[in-house]
Amino acid sequence: MLNKKHLVLLASAGSMTLAGIATAQADVLEDTIERGAVQCGVSDGLPGFSAPDGDGNWQGLDVDVCRAVAAAVLGDADAVNYISLNAVERFTALQSGEVDVLSRNTTWTTTRDTTLGLNFAGVNFYDGIGFMVSRDLGLNGAMELDGAAICIQTGTTTELNVADYFRANDMEFDPIVFDTSEQTVGGFQAGRCDVLTSDTSQLAALRIQLDDPEGAVILPEIISKEPLGPVVRQGDDTWFNIVKWSLFAMINAEEYGVTSENAEEMLSSENPDVARLLGQDGNYGEGMGLEADWAYNIISQVGNYAESFERNVGMGSPLEIERGVNALWNAGGFQYAPPIR
Amino acid sequence: MSVRPNIRPVGHKPPFWRDRAKRALIFQIILVAVVAAFLAYIIHNTQANLNARGITTGFGFLSNTAGFGIVQSLIDYSSQSSYGRTFVVGLINTLLVGGLGVIAASIIGFTVGIARLSPNWLIARLANAYIETFRNIPVLLQIFFWYFAVLRTLPGARDSMAFGEAFFLNVRGLYLPQPLFESGFGLIPATFVVAIIASIALIIWNRRRHEATGKRLPAGLISLVIIFGLPLLVLIATGVPVTWEMPELRGFNFRGGITIIPEFLALWLALSIYTASFIAEIVRSGIQAIPHGQTEAAQALSLPRKLVLRLVVIPQAMRVIIPPLTSQYLNLIKNSSLATAIGYPDLVSVFAGTTLNQTGQAIEVIAMTMAVYLVISLLVSMFMNWFNARVALVER
Repeated sequence: MLNKKHLVLLASAGSMTLAGIATAQADVLEDTIERGAVQCGVSDGLPGFSAPDGDGNWQGLDVDVCRAVAAAVLGDADAVNYISLNAVERFTALQSGEVDVLSRNTTWTTTRDTTLGLNFAGVNFYDGIGFMVSRDLGLNGAMELDGAAICIQTGTTTELNVADYFRANDMEFDPIVFDTSEQTVGGFQAGRCDVLTSDTSQLAALRIQLDDPEGAVILPEIISKEPLGPVVRQGDDTWFNIVKWSLFAMINAEEYGVTSENAEEMLSSENPDVARLLGQDGNYGEGMGLEADWAYNIISQVGNYAESFERNVGMGSPLEIERGVNALWNAGGFQYAPPIR
Repeated sequence: MSVRPNIRPVGHKPPFWRDRAKRALIFQIILVAVVAAFLAYIIHNTQANLNARGITTGFGFLSNTAGFGIVQSLIDYSSQSSYGRTFVVGLINTLLVGGLGVIAASIIGFTVGIARLSPNWLIARLANAYIETFRNIPVLLQIFFWYFAVLRTLPGARDSMAFGEAFFLNVRGLYLPQPLFESGFGLIPATFVVAIIASIALIIWNRRRHEATGKRLPAGLISLVIIFGLPLLVLIATGVPVTWEMPELRGFNFRGGITIIPEFLALWLALSIYTASFIAEIVRSGIQAIPHGQTEAAQALSLPRKLVLRLVVIPQAMRVIIPPLTSQYLNLIKNSSLATAIGYPDLVSVFAGTTLNQTGQAIEVIAMTMAVYLVISLLVSMFMNWFNARVALVER
């Protein structure tokens, strides 16, 4: 892990040094079609978001974004090369062109959007930071955490937001910082720290990996806004649009009631929204250099947002996360996709 | 340099391309120009690439607020400090583990190296086993071993192992009482300095007297007594102006006192023990490089065994030992960057890890980090070369 990290950093620093200027403006869509696969950066194993299943196939909410892009561009959701990245490696890997999409529970922040040469292509999960503690401690809330040792994954917004929260509330803490979520959980289990902190969705995922999930509780407070979503490099607007609209297509499909099961019969739907989405009325993929059936491929192969959510993180999955703010705008949540027109 | 006899036709000068020295000079100038042009090209190209991708560059980020916490810092640090300060905190942590590692590795290495040559079968075998075990296991695994297999199995904060009411050991680290100095304590370090000066004077006087008269005092022993005894006497005479802040179990953990975090302990132990096995071999080879005749000659002068080692063998062996020892010190310092594997906040972990990721300034941060290791290594080399020159054989 360590050596890999250093290699990635060096390789990307090197590639930025030696790569010609021309390749910086490379056409990702063309490269992807030529390669026959999308280069997608995912986390290094977070159940529900991106983790390989028993057969070695990557599964998860973030993985579904990679699959949606592959379905839109290549017509085959399986045409994805997954590159697992830890929090420290992820942006360099994207900047240097090792991956073309980063779909790895990454928080959208000003610095990342404006100074790293990156573009955030939307939000596939609205999250916030929470705290997980051992049940034995008998804590009721985050305000009782003064003086605690806290295990955090390095290079995350969590590291910054937790520091802000403790300072704002005049409390102290010892940050115990690890490279991977696996080490972070290990530190928590061994008692190196009292608290494991991360986005609440990740906490839910990490909790089920504990030896004794029942022995840990997630405190009620959520102390920050963490909009998570896919990221692309700046400078290739076509590719930016493709990733953005692949996500929007899934959200719109949920709103219009199109699922992977009924997509076939929906092709003959009278509903103009559905007809435009599925490419039966006009070609809304044209502007992105895609076929008219781009959204149909996404929905039939990957499913709509609700299907993806339920399958990977929702009540039908081991994580049992409620839709909450991730429900559609017309169902009391934040998820809202611009119309296809 | 050519060893051919420099036969030149007398008379008119040959054209410059026939002149060996001038030709060499021209080639060197061309080479330097090519390297400089290459450097200029890659710097320009990097800049252009970064601009084309909209990545902000420059060192301005160093004065921005870092916003994250660091568990161990020897200087004042809070999440409100700047990224520049995270650099300093990481650097000091690297120097701390590197420096203490060098000291521990030297002590263990010299002891084991000499023990390896002991006439006592058991001691020699034990030293050998130590060397072969720790030299042949990758240092990263040894760090993991100490961190995960040894220190992670310690009890939790509430069931700490207690040594008296002052020392506590648990999975969060080692907790020691912290001395709080009251007014009047300044006298003690002052006495300490005086004692050291007195000892040096004593040793010099003893050596002169030995050379002049052949008589000698056990100056080393006397110095030890002076250096430790005098401050102790003053300490008692002034009524011990020190109070100890004891670590106390409050809330989640022990508060107060000094905390030595397990990440530091694991890294320090692993680096010291690993490097010591190499140093031991260097010491052994250094001692074995001294012909046995030297020992015999010294014994023939009826010098006691201890003095033979100290006055005849070790000084000569040092000349063999120091150059490879320098490499081991450099290795140890550079290996300390493996800290990031267990989360010890060293330069690589804090600066090339967290700071790089929070700011995204990969090129600047990596360049600074590499420069730091380069400078540290060069300084260590310079010091060791100076030391080597000092002990080198003076040929007359």
